[in-house]
Amino acid sequence: MLAPEVILADPETIAKYEVVIGLEVHVQLKTATKIFSPSSHEFGNDPNTQTDPVVLGLPGALPVLNRAAVEQGIRASLAINCKINRKSVFARKNYFYPDLPKGYQISQFDEPLAEHGWVDIELEDGTAKRIGVTRLHLEEDAGKNTHDGYRDSDQYSYVDLNRAGAPLAEIVSEPDMRSSDEAFAYLTAIKQLVQFSGASDCDMEKGQLRCDVNVSVRPKGQQEFGTRAEVKNVNSFRFAKAAIEYEIARQVAIVEDGGKIVQETRLFNNTTGETTSMRSKEEAHDYRYFPEPDLPPLIVDDKWLGEIRDSMPELPPAKRQRFIDEYGVSEYDARVLIASKETSDYFETAAKLSGDPKMVANWVQGELTGALNTAEKSVAESPISAEGLAELLKLLADGTLSSKLAKDVFGKMFASGKPAAEIIESEGLKQISDTGELEKIIDGIIAANPGQVETYRGGKTGILAFFVGQVMKATRGQANPKAVNELLVKKLAG
Amino acid sequence: MKITEKEVRNIAELAHLNLSDEEIVAYQANLEEILSYVDKLNELPTDDIEPMAQVLFEGAEQEGLRDDVLETSIPVDKALSNAPLSGAGQFKVPRVLER
Repeated sequence: MLAPEVILADPETIAKYEVVIGLEVHVQLKTATKIFSPSSHEFGNDPNTQTDPVVLGLPGALPVLNRAAVEQGIRASLAINCKINRKSVFARKNYFYPDLPKGYQISQFDEPLAEHGWVDIELEDGTAKRIGVTRLHLEEDAGKNTHDGYRDSDQYSYVDLNRAGAPLAEIVSEPDMRSSDEAFAYLTAIKQLVQFSGASDCDMEKGQLRCDVNVSVRPKGQQEFGTRAEVKNVNSFRFAKAAIEYEIARQVAIVEDGGKIVQETRLFNNTTGETTSMRSKEEAHDYRYFPEPDLPPLIVDDKWLGEIRDSMPELPPAKRQRFIDEYGVSEYDARVLIASKETSDYFETAAKLSGDPKMVANWVQGELTGALNTAEKSVAESPISAEGLAELLKLLADGTLSSKLAKDVFGKMFASGKPAAEIIESEGLKQISDTGELEKIIDGIIAANPGQVETYRGGKTGILAFFVGQVMKATRGQANPKAVNELLVKKLAG
Repeated sequence: MKITEKEVRNIAELAHLNLSDEEIVAYQANLEEILSYVDKLNELPTDDIEPMAQVLFEGAEQEGLRDDVLETSIPVDKALSNAPLSGAGQFKVPRVLER
């Protein structure tokens, strides 16, 4: 049966409506072991090699809370300006699904770890806005189901529990966002803050950051919220933006047509860019939360909280300001350099070693970013270390390399992973500043081009560029341009 | 009646229990009794008492937390040994739709 055709509203109609967006972000906390048991939750290992009685839901197994998971949850909470509750309580969320052998997920419900936070977002046009964070609570991740790819996938789903029990922080926003751009900026801000706090690497390719999107629309001026739809399975920020835009157009068209929005969960299809209803769920969600009897309430006293607060790394807003003050980079550069923790660490290491932070800022944003993008690598995977870049830039600063040569050497360093000095040595790429050597070359060129020499001496000094070109050609671009110019002018004067 | 037949059927469904009509009647009476007992408990004055999430809450405040130390996991063949069906190192279950 063909699905009924979905009608999407046009931008003009959409403009008559206000969009209300709230986001739930799940962040996997950086710990060695699971939240309630001592096996690993490392990504990418053979299926079901990271289980234990708690993860498997074996009879009699009891959860024991991982102190490090709590600390990471608190770091994430502090990064997004949440107030930490002295007492929080774990609760059972009951549902049956194969990725959850116990038949319930241990989460937090009416007494979460942290509440009342906010993050400031900035849109591309420079508008700033504060988005409220309702709460951050701790919970365990579920396993991974695979529905296709096996010979008998038409009959069976495959279940890997390596991820089951991984520590998660769920961050719930207030319904404060009014456009897909704001949602995108919010996600970017959350990722950046949590990453810098050290609570999570937020590597989306490893599923360490996932988000669910709540969208509703209402005619402009209307007070009460419209009925919302929740979109799941959104695994990139770009997809979140696309899912929101699709939902807006779909919901506005329904309301315009006099219809009613159904409160439901929808799935985003990242190939078609559409959301579809998960009709499979007939029963309404009824999780029958109740306090987890196997775990005592979590108490975070002032002493513990104080220790964690004192150990908090520098967060992006403070770092941005410090980069401007300490390294003299521009506001814009500082913002780009703190986009990720890796980039900011890389910049700072290279800036300190090279002694020329502005030059480092330019190279990191220019050559390095370009090369990494082409190679589809992250800063952490860069073949050129921060130390290596500093070394290269020192050679540029002291005149050993011209800027053209430095770029060549950079390319070779990136391709081979070898240090600058080694490449310069083996390829003989040093800039020639030795005037004796240059003089010999220049004399030869002047002797070989008597016509041009005459032209120059006749007053058409623009032809100097021709001679510079010849010298560069003869030295394979290694001549120091400043020295060449000076010598040429002197020699041609006769 | 504190609990209707419809509610009993709903609870049974949520718990994935297949109950016969006779069982539904029996459980309804059963749950009725439990709820009456809870009503009795509700008569107690608890205004000045902090709600308690569970009974183990005694002693040092962070007692009961675990250090983040890795221990050996169950070998995969053992982990799968109780599963009615397995393959490719995974549990196999009748095909389910994405939640």
